[in-house]
Amino acid sequence: MSETPKDPWARFRTATRARIALGRSGDALPTKALLEFQLAHARARDAVHSAVDFDRLAAELSPLETIRVHSAAPDRPTYLRRPDLGRRLDPASAAALPAGEWDVLFVIADGLSAAAVQVNAAPLVRACTARLGHLRIGPVVLAEQARVALGDEVASAMGARLVALLVGERPGLSAAESLGVYLTWDPKPGRADSERNCISNIHSDGLSIQTAADKLCWLATEAARLKLTGVALKEDAPSLAGPDNEKNQLTDRS
Amino acid sequence: MAGYQCDLGRQRHRFDDLKAVMACASPRRSGDELAGIAADTDERRVAARMVLADLPLKIFLNEVLVPYETDEVTRLIIDRHDADAFRPVAHMTVGQFRDWLLSYQADSAALAALAPGLTPEMVAAVSKLMRNHDLVCVAAKCSVVTRFRTTVGLPGRLSSRLQPNHPTDDPTGIAASTLDGLLYGIGDAVIGINPATDNVPACIALLEMLDAVRTRFDIPVQSCVLAHVTTTMQAMERGAPVDLVFQSIAGTEKANRGFGVTLSLLAEAQEAAKSLKRGTIGDNVMYFETGQGSALSADAHFGVDQQTVETRAYAVARAFDPLLVNTVVGFIGPEYLYDAKQITRAGLEDHFCAKLLGVPMGCDVCYTNHAEADQDDMDVLMTMLATAGVNFVIAVPGADDIMLNYQSLSYHDVLGLRHLLKRPPAPEFEAWLDKAGWLDEQRRLPPWPDQSLVVAALLGSAA
Repeated sequence: MSETPKDPWARFRTATRARIALGRSGDALPTKALLEFQLAHARARDAVHSAVDFDRLAAELSPLETIRVHSAAPDRPTYLRRPDLGRRLDPASAAALPAGEWDVLFVIADGLSAAAVQVNAAPLVRACTARLGHLRIGPVVLAEQARVALGDEVASAMGARLVALLVGERPGLSAAESLGVYLTWDPKPGRADSERNCISNIHSDGLSIQTAADKLCWLATEAARLKLTGVALKEDAPSLAGPDNEKNQLTDRS
Repeated sequence: MAGYQCDLGRQRHRFDDLKAVMACASPRRSGDELAGIAADTDERRVAARMVLADLPLKIFLNEVLVPYETDEVTRLIIDRHDADAFRPVAHMTVGQFRDWLLSYQADSAALAALAPGLTPEMVAAVSKLMRNHDLVCVAAKCSVVTRFRTTVGLPGRLSSRLQPNHPTDDPTGIAASTLDGLLYGIGDAVIGINPATDNVPACIALLEMLDAVRTRFDIPVQSCVLAHVTTTMQAMERGAPVDLVFQSIAGTEKANRGFGVTLSLLAEAQEAAKSLKRGTIGDNVMYFETGQGSALSADAHFGVDQQTVETRAYAVARAFDPLLVNTVVGFIGPEYLYDAKQITRAGLEDHFCAKLLGVPMGCDVCYTNHAEADQDDMDVLMTMLATAGVNFVIAVPGADDIMLNYQSLSYHDVLGLRHLLKRPPAPEFEAWLDKAGWLDEQRRLPPWPDQSLVVAALLGSAA
């Protein structure tokens, strides 16, 4: 019994990022654990409430052409209360969109995490365009105060057969910089979530940029072959599927 | 119907129908504003409450808010209404009903006898005339007791769900969170996992793992994998150790269809689970979750305010004698409940309404990172709910759910509430803690050092 006691939790800590074995001060959290929690929550809130630096993003995407649009939600408080406005373009943005003919259009939406978009969006678009050189790829649309369905209106106005909408996911305490991608074939307003394919959890401790780009490009190619996205495409590729459509949760993340 | 009106000085407030009165009488919340049915001024909100206070309770039996012909939840509510049980309050207005509920005559026995005579719309209406403290005081008089391997909901006790979620359903990761929770005496309501992947083999693997932990340590608890009801039914067909059948439910037929369920499917699942006879002291085999905003997000609210349509989900729940029901209040998002004030109010309403209807209500005291709320706000709600006699609360390691990306209560929080308010867990579970030698002389569960025999026994055997 003279040896240094072993941490009985050691093998469990490697299996989960859950806040296990925090210790106790009476019944409460010890100070260190309390402050670590507050830091994680502060970062998550900052990710929700800070703005994406779209100028910097455009510069990082250069020489790809970019177009800036804004949703019908004028500011963040409105965006959070009115999901319907975040799914529509403001009239000025809608009027300014150039019509064209594209195989794929990338739309980058700030969503619920500015940090996720700032860190991950440009590298992911670059990784995808490198893989999709044979396709006609439209200008990258940068969308402010935007939700997933905004991509449908943008892409249908610009004449794209497929839209890949990149969006900052709702931050958790352990992942405040998580990006999601929603792929929609024949995008037009009114598309249901079941008609999309999702790749989620793209961040430094989750799905890597390269793996995400591989999945996205595989799905884009299959979508063009089958002329659809959504549940039917997912069934053929279970290993590449995003979150389940049938998840039994009382939530609405789009 | 000519509608309703209320004259307040120079202003006459008109309301087209009963639905409008109910919606305008609700405390302000983002979901009703999103639906375009909320009162647009504070005065109009009070005017609606004044109209509501003078309406007879009986009106809700004659004037349904969602059509009887096209909604099986409305049919369930009306067809199962117990007129005899309703008789003691049948002559009252909604305002008189509030006064009676708060009176000494309305004791536990009277409220239990009344429950089958009440409809969701009646309890929703009276809740709109109550302050938060009223909601606590009346709910505290209600007791709804259910049993499987533990007895949940006894007066003076507080149970908890241990929620060991993991983003990839990793068995060791889930075991880690489970064992950590057991060391805090958490889990007497249920050990319940939200699976990351909803398919039958994954569900069975998790069920078998939880059952192995339970039997290895001989813990009087029930387990649950919160997969879709159809997944759990298939797991039962394949012989999986299913204790409880879980399902998310809502207050209209259309919203339930959005969840992929009907009343007959739920009945089928309940029968299948009961036939396994796995409960040792009771056969309450269902577990439901509900939450304000779910009907609106499914575009299935029919112009009914979100609090009223939420209470209709409790009529669905009580038809299946559940062991556990909980509202997920702050989980659904700020477009339905914007901030801590709205979340707190909704949590207390949901608990009050469910208990009056005879539903064994618990609560996931929680919020997401895009809502204006934090752990300080959860402290308030959890303390009020525990005082109100909530059947159980949900707890995750360090309050951080790493799979669903939101914050609930921590194991610490539950232990603190129990010790502060002197509310021990379910008696069978408390006896297990006692037998294991985990309780101190004041019957508290003290912190055990990592090198203690208690920790070694739990973690060592799990190797």
